Amino acid sequence: MILPLVIIALLTIAVAAIAMTLRNLIHSALLLIGSWAGIAAFYFWAGAEFAAFAQVLVYVGAVSMVVLFAVLLTRRSRADLEVAPDAIGRGLGAMLAGGAVLGVLFGAVFATRLDVAPTAAPTASVRAIGQQLMGAHAASLLVVGVILTVALLGAVVIASTDREGGKEDAR
Amino acid sequence: MSVVVVATSASEWTALRVVDSLALVATATDRFLECAPVMLRDAVTGLLPDPWRWIANGLFAIVAIFAVFGLLFAFLTLAERKILGRVQNRPGPNRAPTPTFPFAKFLGKIRTYGLAQPFADGVKALTKEDIVPDGADKVLHFLAPVALLAFATLTLVVIPFGRNLVALQLDAAVLYFFAAGAATELAVFMAGWASRNKYSLLAAMRALAQLISYELPLLLSWVPVVMIAGSLSTVAIVEAQAGWKFGFIPHWHVLTPWGFAGFVIFMVAALAESNRSPFDLPEAESELIAGHLTEYSGFKYAFFFMAEYFGMCALSGMAVTLFLGGWRAPLPFLEFIPSYAWFGAKLLALILGFMWIRATFPRLRIDQLTRFSWKFLVPLALINLGNTVVWALMSGGSPALALARWPVCAAIIVVPFVWLGRAQSASYAPRTYRYAA
Repeated sequence: MILPLVIIALLTIAVAAIAMTLRNLIHSALLLIGSWAGIAAFYFWAGAEFAAFAQVLVYVGAVSMVVLFAVLLTRRSRADLEVAPDAIGRGLGAMLAGGAVLGVLFGAVFATRLDVAPTAAPTASVRAIGQQLMGAHAASLLVVGVILTVALLGAVVIASTDREGGKEDAR
Repeated sequence: MSVVVVATSASEWTALRVVDSLALVATATDRFLECAPVMLRDAVTGLLPDPWRWIANGLFAIVAIFAVFGLLFAFLTLAERKILGRVQNRPGPNRAPTPTFPFAKFLGKIRTYGLAQPFADGVKALTKEDIVPDGADKVLHFLAPVALLAFATLTLVVIPFGRNLVALQLDAAVLYFFAAGAATELAVFMAGWASRNKYSLLAAMRALAQLISYELPLLLSWVPVVMIAGSLSTVAIVEAQAGWKFGFIPHWHVLTPWGFAGFVIFMVAALAESNRSPFDLPEAESELIAGHLTEYSGFKYAFFFMAEYFGMCALSGMAVTLFLGGWRAPLPFLEFIPSYAWFGAKLLALILGFMWIRATFPRLRIDQLTRFSWKFLVPLALINLGNTVVWALMSGGSPALALARWPVCAAIIVVPFVWLGRAQSASYAPRTYRYAA
């Protein structure tokens, strides 16, 4: 039972790692989508059908398009798609930020008491999930919706700036 | 209702039957033709020991889906070319002969109205040179048609083709269907980008814009069905449309105001999602020299077309399931015809409608296309969502209220339809035809 989880986890992490190291941005984006699909597979393994399909629908279907659009619209030429390794300072900053997030996550995971005793897997139907979302967790659903709307508006604002000067493309 | 099940075979069959929730499940009370596919499957897989049976059953379902839809694809291409030919006043393909055998030379070549055309096309596609452009991204160029076909095929799994014929019963089947379908746009993008051709890339960007635009009305149009049926399972949605009012009006969702509006929105969005004319902008031959298909030849090209027809079949099948009562007969006395025949008839009717539309309408421009989706279909789909709520709330009360909901709900959707349509075509109407009589 644990073997599929290991395979899924290794594949997801491997795909994400390759995505980071590749020079070609389109390849990276496609591999990133592959790792999202791996996360959906994990949800499916865990018996969370609804979350798995939602993950595929939202990430593999929609967010992937946004990523590809962003990559294609912000680059000027095809040669520009190959990113050169940047300054060491930026790399260090990225490592620090990533390490901090990793530390917080690991701290949270290890601080949580997990019931290791085998319990019956909860069988949540889509109907039950819907009633939970619309009843007990309606407020958080609304908050998430507002955050997403703000993010979308921000994206529109960023994308619609007049590019005549081409400040970010001048590099 | 005549029960034609042969007693011996039926009892044998029930003895063999293993009830598994994930595969085809039949009840022994069905008529012979009704349960024939399941009996055939059990005859094939029944000899296997229990742990292996569900895998064999799954494989059987996969083989059946590929066989049926592969053949359907082959003959749909022929039908499409024939119908287009008929509309354009030309014969269409009519010369592909059946092969001549040495021992039956006297028969000569039998042309049979071009019925052998799909097989001739298949042989041609297989023997053509597979050209990959020099600067192309080889891996993605290969992967794109494969991924497209894979995702298009995945969607066929959850459609109930008959009373007991659903390959995979999922609690969230409708969600699964659209999740699997959402990945097709990724494959189109891969094809366009990997070709290293500016027309292909342009087409890929157009395809993304179009598919994202029409994903929204497509997803919004089936939400009312889920609200009324109270389930995301395709089997339960078909179940919710059972029975007849006054004994002859079926309880299909399309026969309600919100259902009719939802069905029309769904079909328009389905046309766009499956890249069919008049929304075939990603592969517009006259302006983009076939877009993402430009650099494809041979069997990869055939794969794209296979995926397009599979997608069309899947979306039509979903429309049948959601709105047209699934595999249910339209009238009670017609129930003796097996359920899968009804499903097939409805599916073919919708697909022939697609072909008719392709033969009739001119292609839209990209700005018209996106405007049509965002300014017309999405608002209408949202209004229809509210309309369904009104319908559901009014159904609980007195008979008078239940009768009043018909004009009320019809008005809720028809008035915005007319108003939005008028407002958006205001700058174009009235049309003057200067050079046409």
